[in-house]
Amino acid sequence: MKLSSFGPANRIARSEETHPLTWRLRDDGQPVWLDEYRQKNGYGAARKALTEMAQADIVQNVKDAGLKGRGGAGFPTGVKWGLMPADESLSIRYLLCNADEMEPNTWKDRLLMEQLPHLLIEGMIISARALKAYRGYIFLRGEYVDAARNLNRAIDEAKAAGLLGTNILGSGFDFELFVHTGAGRYICGEETALINSLEGRRATPRAKPPFPASVGVWGKPTCVNNVETLCGVPSIIGNGVDWYRALARPGSDDMGTKLMGFSGKVKNPGIWELPFGITARELFEDYAGGMKDGYTLKCWQPGGAGTGFLLPEHLEAQMYAGGIGKVGTRMGTGLALAVDHTVNMVSLLRNMEEFFARESCGWCTPCRDGLPWSVKTLRALERRQGSREDLDILLRLVDFLGPGKTFCAHAPGAVEPLGSAIKYFRDEFEAGIAQAGKTPLQPA
Amino acid sequence: MNTLIKTDRFVLSEAERSAIEHEIHHYEDPRAASIEALKIVQQARGWVPDGACDAISEILGIPASDVEGVATFYSQIFRVPVGRHIIRVCDSMTCYIGGHEAVLDGIRQQIGIESGQTTADGRFTLIPVCCLGNCDKAPALMIDDDTFGDIQPDGVAALLEAYP
Repeated sequence: MKLSSFGPANRIARSEETHPLTWRLRDDGQPVWLDEYRQKNGYGAARKALTEMAQADIVQNVKDAGLKGRGGAGFPTGVKWGLMPADESLSIRYLLCNADEMEPNTWKDRLLMEQLPHLLIEGMIISARALKAYRGYIFLRGEYVDAARNLNRAIDEAKAAGLLGTNILGSGFDFELFVHTGAGRYICGEETALINSLEGRRATPRAKPPFPASVGVWGKPTCVNNVETLCGVPSIIGNGVDWYRALARPGSDDMGTKLMGFSGKVKNPGIWELPFGITARELFEDYAGGMKDGYTLKCWQPGGAGTGFLLPEHLEAQMYAGGIGKVGTRMGTGLALAVDHTVNMVSLLRNMEEFFARESCGWCTPCRDGLPWSVKTLRALERRQGSREDLDILLRLVDFLGPGKTFCAHAPGAVEPLGSAIKYFRDEFEAGIAQAGKTPLQPA
Repeated sequence: MNTLIKTDRFVLSEAERSAIEHEIHHYEDPRAASIEALKIVQQARGWVPDGACDAISEILGIPASDVEGVATFYSQIFRVPVGRHIIRVCDSMTCYIGGHEAVLDGIRQQIGIESGQTTADGRFTLIPVCCLGNCDKAPALMIDDDTFGDIQPDGVAALLEAYP
């Protein structure tokens, strides 16, 4: 059976030195089970971390390596780990893996979990040791049935081999791991909403502070890390900080490698493990092969629905947080989307805001009321029945729903592409305003 | 005297009850099993009848209104009867660019239902779903647990064929 994640990442040349996340992938796209994973140096880093390293040294290594969260926000992982309380009496701690991959145009964690389930388990064992967590949960979206099956089989293999459970590898460290599958709703990927969902509640975000490191799941110190982030930990421990810091291209402030991609009407859509700092043009032309014949690139998004649109001239930007920041948006997940010349921006934004409006948890007013308003306005513009004020209404929503005005990052993520689309393609939005002298049609 | 008519007296099967009780042990607090409990009921019956919320609340020791609140929040918990097969069409912007609206048209022509509807013969229910993580093969959809990519509107008929 072919896994959905089988693709270009399996086919490019890879090596242990340059592709720490994906070098173990099989050419046939089948999962790498325990025996093969061990033959490929699997669990060597876990052995080193548990039997040779002090807990604080693991944290320091991850800090020094410059590993940042790969879920889209890019918060330094070591710093997040350092927020866990020093008080030893708080002995019940949790490590949660955010595997609720639902960001539109994001299909990287799926690849890791379907094909390299033991890499995630090894990353979680090492991270749990660093965080002194006794139990971990992989919060997996329910639709990833292949990933759930493969992770559960890998967990069973690891348990049978003494890699999970009590006294792991004779180190005295105990850690148990469960797969928890969700039941839909994009908002579960927000880390405090994820905690509520894991507790069996509605997935509404929590107020911060307190941060999960102090008060997380069931009130206990909790760390939530993305799948790809956790999968990056074993190679840092195994190969060392200096090796990791040398992976990225010159000019990049971000360290290591990242699963990056390009989709849309490109010749060779896919994901590849690439060093931070490569230009978006290399990703677009050398890996994705440029646009399909008959299509031209109109604009692109660097990393998911919540990132802004950029123009073809911005392809010179380097793929790292600061590089994409320089041209006006965020790198997000690093899985880019090509928008071709046949796509109308009003219709595309209507599709995107329908998604964001549907997936709003409804907890805070700007998001709950503002997003459906944007959908209504965009639908009117799409039908060329917009009113003269509609553009102002959209721009005001971009402001009202922006960073710092809502409970979580859902609404700011929803309006970032909207604001940039109006900035670069204002004429397409203005074309939706009903012409003077014509009677606007009534909304359907 | 007014009598409250309960049309669906609901009793959990032994298998459902033991599966739910097994789940409780994975968590510090029984409430955490509420979503899984709803999924267990749904797996057995296709959907979650009202009475299931009461029955689950008794096992977990939490108010039925909390279970109901969870059941209505999550999009993959069905609170009305659905078809034997669930078609989930990815409506991400990547699949929009890939032509998912034409795929929805193809499904409509084939089985005559819109998003959110169930065919009269109870065979299919059609719902939208968040990005299925199959973006290099857009447009994508799932039928039950099977994921498909590079869907052509005129290929829909052949796909549905395999789900009687």
